[in-house]
Amino acid sequence: MTGPLVETHGLSKHYGNLRAVEGLDLRLEEGEVYGFLGPNGSGKSTTILMILGLTEPTAGTVSVMGHDPTRNPTAVKRQVGYLPESVGFYGDLTGRQNLLYTAELNGIKRREAEGRVAGLLDTVQLHDAANQQVAHYSRGMRQRLGLADVLLKDPRLVILDDPTLGLDPAGIQWLLRLIEQMAHDQNISVFLSSHALEDVQRVCSRVGIMSQGKMVLEGTIEQLTAGQEGGGFEVQVEVDVTTDAVLTALRALPSVTRCEATGRVISVASTEDVRARIAETVLANGATPLEVRSRNRTLEEIYLRYFQPEEARA
Amino acid sequence: MTAIFWKELGDHLGRRRFLLTLFLIVVGVLWGLFILAREVDGSSVTSNEFLFLRTFTSSSGVLPPVLFYIGFFGPLIGIALGFDAINSERAQGTLSRLLAQPIHRDDVFNGKFLAGLVTLTIVLVAMILAIVGLAMFVMGYSPRSEEVVRLFGFGVLSVVYLAFWLALAMTCSIFFRNAVTSALVSLGLWLLSTFLIALLVAPALADLIVPAIETAQQKVDHANWQLWLSRISPSQLFNEAAQTLLNPDVRFTGVLGLERAAQFDRLEATPISASQSLQLVWPHITVVFSLAASLIAVSYTKFMREEIRS
Repeated sequence: MTGPLVETHGLSKHYGNLRAVEGLDLRLEEGEVYGFLGPNGSGKSTTILMILGLTEPTAGTVSVMGHDPTRNPTAVKRQVGYLPESVGFYGDLTGRQNLLYTAELNGIKRREAEGRVAGLLDTVQLHDAANQQVAHYSRGMRQRLGLADVLLKDPRLVILDDPTLGLDPAGIQWLLRLIEQMAHDQNISVFLSSHALEDVQRVCSRVGIMSQGKMVLEGTIEQLTAGQEGGGFEVQVEVDVTTDAVLTALRALPSVTRCEATGRVISVASTEDVRARIAETVLANGATPLEVRSRNRTLEEIYLRYFQPEEARA
Repeated sequence: MTAIFWKELGDHLGRRRFLLTLFLIVVGVLWGLFILAREVDGSSVTSNEFLFLRTFTSSSGVLPPVLFYIGFFGPLIGIALGFDAINSERAQGTLSRLLAQPIHRDDVFNGKFLAGLVTLTIVLVAMILAIVGLAMFVMGYSPRSEEVVRLFGFGVLSVVYLAFWLALAMTCSIFFRNAVTSALVSLGLWLLSTFLIALLVAPALADLIVPAIETAQQKVDHANWQLWLSRISPSQLFNEAAQTLLNPDVRFTGVLGLERAAQFDRLEATPISASQSLQLVWPHITVVFSLAASLIAVSYTKFMREEIRS
C-alpha cells in the first residue's frame, strides 16, 4: 500500500465549549517514528482516541490505512497496536495469561500464541515474572507487559500514549531502544505521544507540537532546530569563581552576542563556535574553566518557547 | 466474542463472589427440604396431588414458599454477576486495552451477558434439581410428567427473571463509573421491586385512587388498582407467574369482577393443564423478557458510542 498510514483532515473534537482538538491535519507515512508533543491537555490523547475509533470526531475525517475508524474499527485495530496512557491488566491473571487472552481476542491460534507470548516475554525481559499475577507487577513491569501486548498482534503501526510516564531513567532508555528496534528491524511505524522531549528527539524522525488542540509546529528535528531565530551557538562555562573581569573580557570577544552569569555558570551566546577562545579568556583573567559545554538549540527550547507563555498564564 | 465469554464464565465460577451464590443455593435447598418435611408429616397428602410442585409452592407457617425465596433472593445472584461488569474494566484500565483489540464493542457486552446468563442458569438448574432430587429421595417416587413440564416452565421463567436483574445490574455498570454506586443503585431497585412496590407504593396509590372502600364494587376496584400498580414490579410478575405455573389449582391471575367470581363459584374446582397455566402467565413472561430486552437496548446505545479514555 502506498498511501499514508494515518491521515486526518480538519479533525476536531469539542466537549461542550472546550475545543480539545481543532482542525488538525496529520499525516503519518509508513516507517516513520512520529513524535506527538505537547503539554497535558493539549489534545494528544483525544487525537489518539479518534485515530482508534474510541471516540467520535466532532468534525473532520480520519483515515487509518484507508479505513474510517468510526465505521470500521476492527479493520483498524487489526493492524494498529495501542498502548494507553495508563495501561491496565487483569490483576488476578498472570502476565502470560493476560497476553494469551489478548492473543485469543486477536484470533491467534492457541499453539501459535503460546510460542509468540513466550518470545515477547523474553523481548520485554519479563520471562521470570511471566507466571506471577500482574497485581504484583511494578509500574515499569506493567509498561513492559503493555508493550508485549501491543506487539502480540504483529502490528503495522504502534500508537504509544506517553509511554515514558512513570518510568525510571533506565526504563526510559530501554523503552527507547525497543522503539528504535521496532522501527528499524521490524519496520513498524510508531506514533509516540510524549512530553519527555529529550527522548523523543532521539528516536523520532518527525515531530509535531500540539498546543491547545492545534498543531503549532511540525517537521523533522533538523528543520525545527534550524529554523529558530537567534540561532548559532550557546556555550555554558562552569568556572571556579565568577569575576567581573572575566565577564567583561568574554563580552569583548568577537562574535559574542550575549554573556550572563548564574552563580558559577556563565552562558555565552555567539554566532560562531568560540569554545576554545572562551576557555583561554577565562584562564587569562584568573579563573579556571571547570567545564565548557556547548548547547545546541534543543527541542526543549523550542518547546518551551511555545509553552512558557501558557504556563505563565496558568 | 467466544474468547470473552469463556474468560468471563471462568471468572464468574472462580470468583469468591460465587460462594455467595453457592450459599444461596444451599439455603434454598434446605428451605425446600424443610417445607417438604412438613408437608409429608402433615399426612394430608393424597397420591394424586402434585407433591413435587408443592415443595415449591407451600409455605410452612414460618417459611414462605421456595418460589418466594427465588423471587426475593434470586435477583441478588443476577446483581452480583453484573454490577461491576463494565465499570471494573474501566477502573482497572483494561477496557481501553480490550477495545483496542479487533473485536466489536457489542462483543464485550454480549460476551459478558451470556457468561452471566449461563452462570445463573447453572445455578438455578442446580438448585431446582437438588430440591427435586432430595424430594424424590424423601418420598420415594418420581415426579409425574406434568410436574416435570411445570417445573421446566418454572425454570425457564426463573432464568428470564434473573436475566432481567443481570441486565439491570450491567446497565448500572455502564452508567455508573463507580462499582459501589452501581451496586447500591441495583440493590435499591431490588428492594423497590421485591418489597416496597407491593407493600407500600401500590397500596398507597390505590388508596389515593379509590379513597372509600365501602361497597363491594369499590373493594374490587381497589384490589384491581393495587394489583395492576404492583405489576410494575418484575418481582410481582414473577411471583404471580410462578404461582400459576407451579400450582394447577390457580385458574386465573388477577382480581375477579363480581359477576365472574359468581361464575367461578359455580364451576367445580378442577386443576387446569400445564398448557393452560402457561397461557395464563404468557403475558407475565413477555413483560419481564421485554423489560430485560429494553434495558439491554439502553445499555447498548450508551456503551456503543461512548468515549473510552484510559
